[in-house]
Amino acid sequence: MKEKLVLIGNGMAGVRALEELLKLAPEQYDITVFGAEPYGNYNRILLSPVLAGEKTIDQIMLNDEAWYRDNGITLHKGKTVDEVNRARRLVRAGDGTEAGYDRLIIATGSSPFILPVPGNQLEGVIAFRDIHDVDVMLEMAATKQGKAIVIGGGLLGLEAANGLKKQGMDVTVVHLMDTLMERQLDKPAAALLKASLEEKGLKFLMEAQTEAILGKDRVEAVRFRDGLEIAADLVVMAAGIRPNIELAKKIGLHCERGIIVNDTMQTFDPRIYAVGECVQHRGAVYGLVAPLFEQARVCANHLAHLGIARYEGSLTSTKLKVTGIDLFSAGDFIGDESTQDLVLQDPGRGLYKKVVLSNNRIKGAVMYGDTIDGAWYFELMRDNTDVSDFRDTLLFGQAHLGDSGHGDDNRVAAMADSAEICGCNGVCKGEIVDAITRKNLFTLDDVRAHTKASSSCGSCTGLVEALLAHTLGGDYSQAPGKKPLCGCTEHTHDEIRAAMRDSALKSIPAVQRFFEWKTPDGCSRCRPALNYYLLCQWPGEYIDDAQSRFINERAHANIQKDATYSVIPRMWGGGTTPQELRAIADAAEKYQVKTVHITGGQRIALYGLTKEELPKIWGELNQAGLVSGYAYGKALRTVKTCVGKEWCRFGTQDSTQLGIDLEKMTWGSWTPHKFKMAASGCPRNCAEATIKDFGVVCVDSGYELHVGGNGGVKVRATDLLCHVETPQQVLEYCGAFMQLYREQAHYLERTAPWIERTGLSYVKEKIVEDETGRKRLYERFLHAQQFAQDDPWQARAQGAEAHEFTPIKRVG
Amino acid sequence: MNQAEKIMADSGGWIEIGSIDEIPQLGARVVRTADGDIAVFRTADDEIFALRDKCPHKGGPLSQGIVHGKRVACPLHDWKIHLDSGEAVAPDEGCAASFPVKVDGGVIRLLLTPNEGCPNQ
Ligand code: SRM
Ligand SMILES: Cc1cc2nc3c(=O)[nH]c(=O)nc-3n(C[C@H](O)[C@H](O)[C@H](O)COP(=O)(O)OP(=O)(O)OC[C@H]3O[C@@H](n4cnc5c(N)ncnc54)[C@H](O)[C@@H]3O)c2cc1C
Ligand code: SF4
Ligand code: FES
Repeated sequence: MKEKLVLIGNGMAGVRALEELLKLAPEQYDITVFGAEPYGNYNRILLSPVLAGEKTIDQIMLNDEAWYRDNGITLHKGKTVDEVNRARRLVRAGDGTEAGYDRLIIATGSSPFILPVPGNQLEGVIAFRDIHDVDVMLEMAATKQGKAIVIGGGLLGLEAANGLKKQGMDVTVVHLMDTLMERQLDKPAAALLKASLEEKGLKFLMEAQTEAILGKDRVEAVRFRDGLEIAADLVVMAAGIRPNIELAKKIGLHCERGIIVNDTMQTFDPRIYAVGECVQHRGAVYGLVAPLFEQARVCANHLAHLGIARYEGSLTSTKLKVTGIDLFSAGDFIGDESTQDLVLQDPGRGLYKKVVLSNNRIKGAVMYGDTIDGAWYFELMRDNTDVSDFRDTLLFGQAHLGDSGHGDDNRVAAMADSAEICGCNGVCKGEIVDAITRKNLFTLDDVRAHTKASSSCGSCTGLVEALLAHTLGGDYSQAPGKKPLCGCTEHTHDEIRAAMRDSALKSIPAVQRFFEWKTPDGCSRCRPALNYYLLCQWPGEYIDDAQSRFINERAHANIQKDATYSVIPRMWGGGTTPQELRAIADAAEKYQVKTVHITGGQRIALYGLTKEELPKIWGELNQAGLVSGYAYGKALRTVKTCVGKEWCRFGTQDSTQLGIDLEKMTWGSWTPHKFKMAASGCPRNCAEATIKDFGVVCVDSGYELHVGGNGGVKVRATDLLCHVETPQQVLEYCGAFMQLYREQAHYLERTAPWIERTGLSYVKEKIVEDETGRKRLYERFLHAQQFAQDDPWQARAQGAEAHEFTPIKRVG
Repeated sequence: MNQAEKIMADSGGWIEIGSIDEIPQLGARVVRTADGDIAVFRTADDEIFALRDKCPHKGGPLSQGIVHGKRVACPLHDWKIHLDSGEAVAPDEGCAASFPVKVDGGVIRLLLTPNEGCPNQ
């Protein structure tokens, strides 16, 4: 028989836990849900746009009743649970409805805090928490365009005030403190916010303590401590929320501010889980959905008996959903003696940005007027990234850094529906917005799966995220916890690599068993990554798994759109000879190659070969000494050079020979993403060395070494690593750098984003400052190369892997 | 009657295409026919499936994809296709025709007439 699972609280966190559980173990439980509200599950966050008239209730439903039916879930809506018998494992609602459980989830959310002042029970005094509250406010606004007082100048209060104002009411916000949103904003930002809200017609009464609400049956006015009275037809209490722990306390679960849970979201009764705003975890309670969704994921994982996920707490960030007002804050944005503030203020443009640093790490940020970089700062803060290398431009944002993928809320809002967002897959704004709203998409991954936007080159990721934020209003998709390697596991690249090393895991199945992979044999995302990590960790020992390679690397040629292949032999340092050219010309003629093209990487490509022809043409090219150029691999690609001092009147060193030596040392090496190099003979830099993963610019006194550049989707110029004096040093630094990259970058992370993530200082520390460390890295690189430098074309031309290149059978 | 037709007539249409060991686990091979290629897949637990070697998206050769579970990821744009039905994994839509296969004593046999139900023959 199936186990029985009961959920108390049909809100955002509880139902998210069920959704996650259904994904992991759809058949495991008989599920029953009790919800005090008379609806299916809706997106509470979007009550603000509903109040502002920008959305309807229908548009904010997440799971209608059909969803519960389709998933075999019994829904008792409009039923409040007031009794749980833990000994008999029985839940009972006020009306007597009962359900037994093997496991129970409590997700009762929060209750609005109602000020304990006389008159707080009068008609017309209301909170802002659920559909009922919004209905009352809308009705009030529609029948009587009267005066509203909102008590509380925090996020919720301001969203309520904005909504009521838009519904035509005359709104005064009353706040106890002297600045608005004091928990999320510092004074300058709060002042800017207040000014723009005043421009929208809101009134403010600051430092005002409510003493009583006056009226006979209905509210008529509000009186303050200083004696001031203001007339009111509606009073909205938005003075804070309290975790709703009444039921949990009553049934004897240990509670403090919230229900105490451990890292698997279990309460002191291990059969009972709790998630959402009612929970207290490691001393923290949360009031935003991002952390609650993380909790839900962990809870589901545990309920599905996978037991590998842990909730470790969340950092949160704040945005205000008032159209036309951009503000963002996260972390400790006030700071103390040990911190330093970077501030950018431009009252003329209504801009304010402050980033608080401690030891060159971001501790907090607050921004007003331009919040494009909020997500970026937040990520740097979460990853504890050392920002010293770009501290001077940090305030100007990520765009200034030249990285890709940031979006702009306002820009997407202004775009036409027909504007193309994803150039790779031809997806327009309208399609994405439509998918988000109709299919209730919450995350970037959802949007990728449903629309294909941002699933290819990724340069539109920022725009898609901005669209998500704009369409959903909430900001939760931007605060993911740790990023798992792929959907088959909860674990990150780094965790998996560490375990591979520490627990001597030496095959893909061993890794998958160790981490209890959710799928029998992984997917097209994790298998190539694991294959690479193992190859890098156990050189000479690990046997490459061809079936975990993308076709290009399995067949040692690039697949084309018509299922033919291209062949690109190596041309060392971009040089060639008449014999090589003749061999290429002969082969091109013999196989009637459709296109011969000089590539962007200084070599020659032959296009349109069938798979069966590959080993043959390779054999012929081999005869002339030509070997694979690895144009298909996450591997060393090309080393471009200029002619340097051999010919050029400006050349300072022999850049051509240096390029050849570099290529001879590094060819065959597999890397997390492709790896390109160049060597230029002088600072005129004709070989474009400063947009390569590793570039050398020769100067009179030696060689400047540059790292972390690329052309491609978003150009990034290299950072200068150091200056060395001899070609031998260039080789040593190059090998050490490649090895560091091979050992530390995530699979499919090129050197540019890797360096932006870890910081150039870190790389300098390892390669330049630590001589012993550098030499060890270099040795490890050379050691690995012993096993890597076999021309894959030669073996296959001589018959290896024949099954890869021939049909198993021909019929007819 | 040409040779192929003769073989088919003799065997109820089932064509012997080779032994299971000739296909790598989590891999595929191609059967070349006059009507186009058929991809024959082998899963980790040695189940065999056959699909038209043409992705419902833009015709990519499914035989060149990465096989995982009972799915293959198309090499061109990474659609996932169910090996048993030939249907694309949701939310993508489309299918590649599937062909009846059977394995006796390690020998794989295939019918050249696709199963019903998929327009992408
Ligand atoms: C063949 C070639 C175009 C040409 O005919 O000139 C080419 C072809 C492809 N490039 Fe490229 N790139 C080629 C030079 C470049 C260059 C120029 C260079 O190397 O100096 C760049 C910019 C420099 C750089 O990489 O920093 C370049 C930036 C890219 C990018 C963007 C990389 C990035 O980090 O943003 C991609 C996409 C990717 O790798 O994810 C890409 C991806 C591709 C792929 C592999 C797309 C694909 O997945 O099928 C193309 C393979 C076609 C094929 O089958 O051959 N190609 N590609 C060039 C091969 C050079 C060679 O001799 O090996
Ligand atoms: C107007 C508004 C705007 C917001 N905007 C944002 C935003 O922009 N970004 C953001 O991240 N967050 C926002 N939030 C907060 C977010 O909505 C909450 O953090 C989230 O809904 C909490 O989820 P939960 O499941 O813990 O609680 P809830 O969603 O409140 O669900 C709890 C449910 O349990 C029910 N319940 C309680 N007790 C019982 C019982 N004994 N028996 C049966 N049912 C019971 C309640 O009726 C309720 O339906 C906003 C909230 C509001 C009100
Ligand atoms: S070769 Fe490069 S630039 Fe040209 S279409 Fe392909 S990926 Fe794009
Ligand atoms: S052709 Fe298969 S995914 Fe595009």
